[in-house]
Amino acid sequence: MTQINETKPVETNASKASEKVVQRSSFALTMRRILKDPALLTAVVFIVILSLIAIFSPLVAYWTGHDPNAQFRETGMSPFGLPVGPNGEFLLGADQLGRDVLVRLAYGARISLAVGVLAAFASAVIGITIGMISGFFGGWVDVVLGRVMDLVMSVPFLLCALALVSVFGPSLTLSIGVIVFFSWTTMGRVIRAETASLTKREFIEASRSLGASPLSILLRDILPNLSVPIIVYTTMMIPSSIVFEATLSFLGLGITPPTASWGGMLADAGANSVYLVAWWLVVFPGLALLMSTLAFNILGDGLRDALDPKGRRIKPRKKKGNTLFGWLAKGKASEGGTHQ
Amino acid sequence: MIRYFMQRLLFACLVLVSLSVFVFFLFFVAPGDPARVVAGDKATEAQLEQIRENLGLDRPIIVQYGSFVSKAIQGDLGYSYRNQQPVLDLITRRIPATVSLVIGGVIVWLAIGIPIGVMSARNAGSKKDRLGQTFILIGLSFPTFVLGMLSLYCLYFLPRKAGFMLFPAGGYKPFLDNPADWAWHLVLPWTTLALVTAAIYARLTRGQLLQVLGEDYIRTARAKGISEGKVIYKHAMRATLTPLITQLGADIAFLLGGSIVIEQVYGLQGVGALAVQAVANQDRPIIIGVVMLGGLFIVMANIIVDLLYTLLDPRMR
Repeated sequence: MTQINETKPVETNASKASEKVVQRSSFALTMRRILKDPALLTAVVFIVILSLIAIFSPLVAYWTGHDPNAQFRETGMSPFGLPVGPNGEFLLGADQLGRDVLVRLAYGARISLAVGVLAAFASAVIGITIGMISGFFGGWVDVVLGRVMDLVMSVPFLLCALALVSVFGPSLTLSIGVIVFFSWTTMGRVIRAETASLTKREFIEASRSLGASPLSILLRDILPNLSVPIIVYTTMMIPSSIVFEATLSFLGLGITPPTASWGGMLADAGANSVYLVAWWLVVFPGLALLMSTLAFNILGDGLRDALDPKGRRIKPRKKKGNTLFGWLAKGKASEGGTHQ
Repeated sequence: MIRYFMQRLLFACLVLVSLSVFVFFLFFVAPGDPARVVAGDKATEAQLEQIRENLGLDRPIIVQYGSFVSKAIQGDLGYSYRNQQPVLDLITRRIPATVSLVIGGVIVWLAIGIPIGVMSARNAGSKKDRLGQTFILIGLSFPTFVLGMLSLYCLYFLPRKAGFMLFPAGGYKPFLDNPADWAWHLVLPWTTLALVTAAIYARLTRGQLLQVLGEDYIRTARAKGISEGKVIYKHAMRATLTPLITQLGADIAFLLGGSIVIEQVYGLQGVGALAVQAVANQDRPIIIGVVMLGGLFIVMANIIVDLLYTLLDPRMR
């Protein structure tokens, strides 16, 4: 009896140990960390659903039978000319022109995602290129490029965006251009600092002594080592680009009406304060915008933790009050404090 | 030290010059005829010619730029195309509203952001920390105008529908007329601005404190028997001051140049609202004036921040 009891745990331990010793690649470890993060997974699911809605927004229009720009003055508006609220025909209500809010939200997702992703990628490419050149070559190249970044960062960007739009008129291309021009410096600074510290490492010196050209060192040795900050910061730039675009549209400087965009929908709701009698005009586009930026921010945070687990692991500080000894120590400490 | 400040001043001038070249040439290459804006649609070709001559638009661009710069240095930013008033007057009239918004906003966001950052860092990894981090995440994600419109709906319209006035819808009341009325009208704009911005400060405070709290001098301070509050606020917070001031300087400068979105949502007649109206009216001298003023605030803030560094951190001297 006792023998069995003794041998059993030993056996299971041994079998467990043999199961546990598995060599996991860095990718597998990262995936494990990602799968253990419920907030990150929720954000990913949300982003996937949002992208599907954006891609298949014509299907939403087909399903409801409402074109995004069609005005349903009879069914979408009350006899007093006010928009109707959420009902069987207009699931999220109609706007002040009798257009379907749900369909316009779906089409607006296209603009937000397209601008957010495109602007983030373009700023990332510019920021990575300039940051790497600046950090790798150092010297006067670094001084000049660093000053250029300082210069861009000392510009009142929203005011300059206003000036640009007042000259060239609002358009999607101009919005993306403005966002990229004022966003690449964040990435540029991070990459510059990382490249400068990588350049001093031995493996770069080894590459150099083997006769590798600067271009080859930058692309084959340095760039792969920058993948974590690149992935994290590009993800983080998506929500700020989405908000930037929505802000421009809200101020009437972004997407030209009647094209649906979330910022433009909120601007329409704000005009003449019509949203005060039609809450759905601000709640649904506002929520869409908030949830999207939140999802991308959570994704960025989660990716940073998953890709670079050393960087942010915080050991919870032991609470002094938890044990009697700690409590005594704390009491003494505060006594000392009062004596001072 | 002096050499360093001369460099900073030189860079400030470089920023202002590039900015002025940017806006000036932007409007020069722009399509559209300023004389048409001034004269209206019914003007004859002869009248337009006269206006072009009066505005100096017939001169070469370099000459125009030179006269713009020499006048701007003397404080003359030209005249509005719409109502022929001096641009500088129009802007200075809008400054009280913007400054009131920014001052109150700064106080509220520091009062919210720093304690949340401290709480998060002191209880790192605990539930309180997670609460603080959630606040940071939501604050960073909330678009300003969405928060503004939602709070207007919930705190102005719903109470009014119920029959009482909790907060006014916005608008600016001069401080000197009635300070209480001034503050009451600004409560919603202040909190909206503060809630969105406080998240940045909470994150900054948390991050800096987490780095510092493990340092030897903090252990020494604790070992000396100083109360925990004093350790945090007197010893540890000192190290967070430099990044906080950098951020604060940049934020204040950007907002003074026109807190466009908040002014738009709450109908505050500040500098930002002036800029938006000027864009709608194609009133170029005002846009140039506001952009230049915004740039001036930013370079001034940069220099003040640099000066404060040397005061706060003896190692910088």
